[in-house]
Amino acid sequence: MAAPPITVDERSVPTETSRSPVIAFDNVSIAFEGRTVLDGISFQLNKGETKAIFGVAGSGKSTILKLALGLMKPDAGRIQVLGEDVTQMREEELFDLRRKIGMVFQESALFDSLTVRENVAFRLLEEGDVTEEEVEKPVRESLSFVELEKTVDMFPSELSGGMRRRVAIARAIITHPEILLYDSPTGGLDPVTSTTIVQLIVKQRDVYKTSSLLVTHRLQDAFTMAASYFDRKTNQMQPLPPGMRGEVPMGFLILRDGKIIFDGDVHELAACRDEYIREYIS
Amino acid sequence: MELISPTEIAKEKIEAVQDFSVLAGRSVANLFRYPRYFADMMQQADLIGVGSLPIVVLTGLSIGAELALNSANTLQRFGSLSLIGQLVSVGMVRELGPIITGLMVAGRNSSGMASELGSMVVTEQIDAMRALGTDPLKKLVTPRVVSTVFMLFFLTIISDLLGLFGGSLISTFLFRVDWRQYWNSAYQILMFQDVIMGLLKPVLFGFIIATVGCYYGVSARGGTQGVGRATTQAVVASSVLILLVDLLTTKFLMAIFSYR
Repeated sequence: MAAPPITVDERSVPTETSRSPVIAFDNVSIAFEGRTVLDGISFQLNKGETKAIFGVAGSGKSTILKLALGLMKPDAGRIQVLGEDVTQMREEELFDLRRKIGMVFQESALFDSLTVRENVAFRLLEEGDVTEEEVEKPVRESLSFVELEKTVDMFPSELSGGMRRRVAIARAIITHPEILLYDSPTGGLDPVTSTTIVQLIVKQRDVYKTSSLLVTHRLQDAFTMAASYFDRKTNQMQPLPPGMRGEVPMGFLILRDGKIIFDGDVHELAACRDEYIREYIS
Repeated sequence: MELISPTEIAKEKIEAVQDFSVLAGRSVANLFRYPRYFADMMQQADLIGVGSLPIVVLTGLSIGAELALNSANTLQRFGSLSLIGQLVSVGMVRELGPIITGLMVAGRNSSGMASELGSMVVTEQIDAMRALGTDPLKKLVTPRVVSTVFMLFFLTIISDLLGLFGGSLISTFLFRVDWRQYWNSAYQILMFQDVIMGLLKPVLFGFIIATVGCYYGVSARGGTQGVGRATTQAVVASSVLILLVDLLTTKFLMAIFSYR
């Protein structure tokens, strides 16, 4: 087995910088049509960390991502993203902040009237005076990251669900954002495609050290991420050696009835005695 | 079925008017902010203007012809058939040209905008656009508003001319009115205020068509059924608003120009 990359060792001893939060929820509440979805939740996402959010359907997992991006405003509480309070910002001010964040939507949300190239290049073309020729290189690099260079001239309707999800990842990472938000990136996909997506997320975490929030129903995906690292030599995701299990910056957050009932790493999750959590992870 | 209190209904309506006003206001304010999306404006102008041309040509011709056909019998009874050019001219330029073109373009484009933007909302494409740092109002709404206003102005001129042409065909071939006399009287009767009235209306109607279509599109909720509902509502609301604004504008301009 190939040795774990240096990054794993580095992360086992968290530095001051790596502990600084890039996202901080402080007593955040939101209700829809009289139903409380999030009830005073508080948590932090540290720099370089990937945090998986679990909960039953309708527990507010996707809402957390939309709140972090400022797509929704909470009824109460504060949300700090990259040091800025998104709850106090106007929509025009949020556009600048959102350029530092990438989001992969549940159903990919690719622009169906644009080709894969135009979808992936969208952010670059919108950001300034760049020609289509100038964006070709980053588009190719981004598509190469998700191993979909050949789809560049295709439309989203011509792609499979898994390919669309990978194009959505390519679109999100083209500007190398500081934060990535994944909304059920493996939902509804077959196991092989799911593993490919998980591998891409691990690669993004270990190679680019991007901080991420990951909403998922699939516990096994998050456990795989917590027990694996990305080996640059083989360009493959590899399992961590037995003594190093959980020594990657991977956190878990579980929601129930609008509240956070667990926020910790894989060791704490395994040691947790809460009946609901034990049943949830079993 | 769940009963909703009148207060809730009133609140919803007021909120809808407020949201519409914000969208309409920002669609204009965005004209003075960068980026301006000229390519999107051109694309929309092609879709709205060139795409609507066949239906506008057809309705303009037939409305002018029908106006001449229906009024000829009455004019004949009073021995005033020579005035047919004046009647068609004033009728088309001041009223029928703008309103028929407006209603046709509303039926075709207001629904198109509502369904396109509505589909984008329910498939999270609008959220994705916001997440990518782009203002959907600037990128999607403003180009549609500018293009509709601009193209409806010219489509109305085309409709007016074709209406006059349709009237001339009926007058000349069915009622033996001299062709030159028809066009001469049609031209002579038109005053500056008639033209102003006829050209101001398409600007207002274009704004209504695009903003109403976009508003219902971006407010669509509830999957494909919601998109269908938004499409229908957009056509109904824009048509009713066009008729209402037409009445008010006509009355207002008549008062300003001290009409005969």
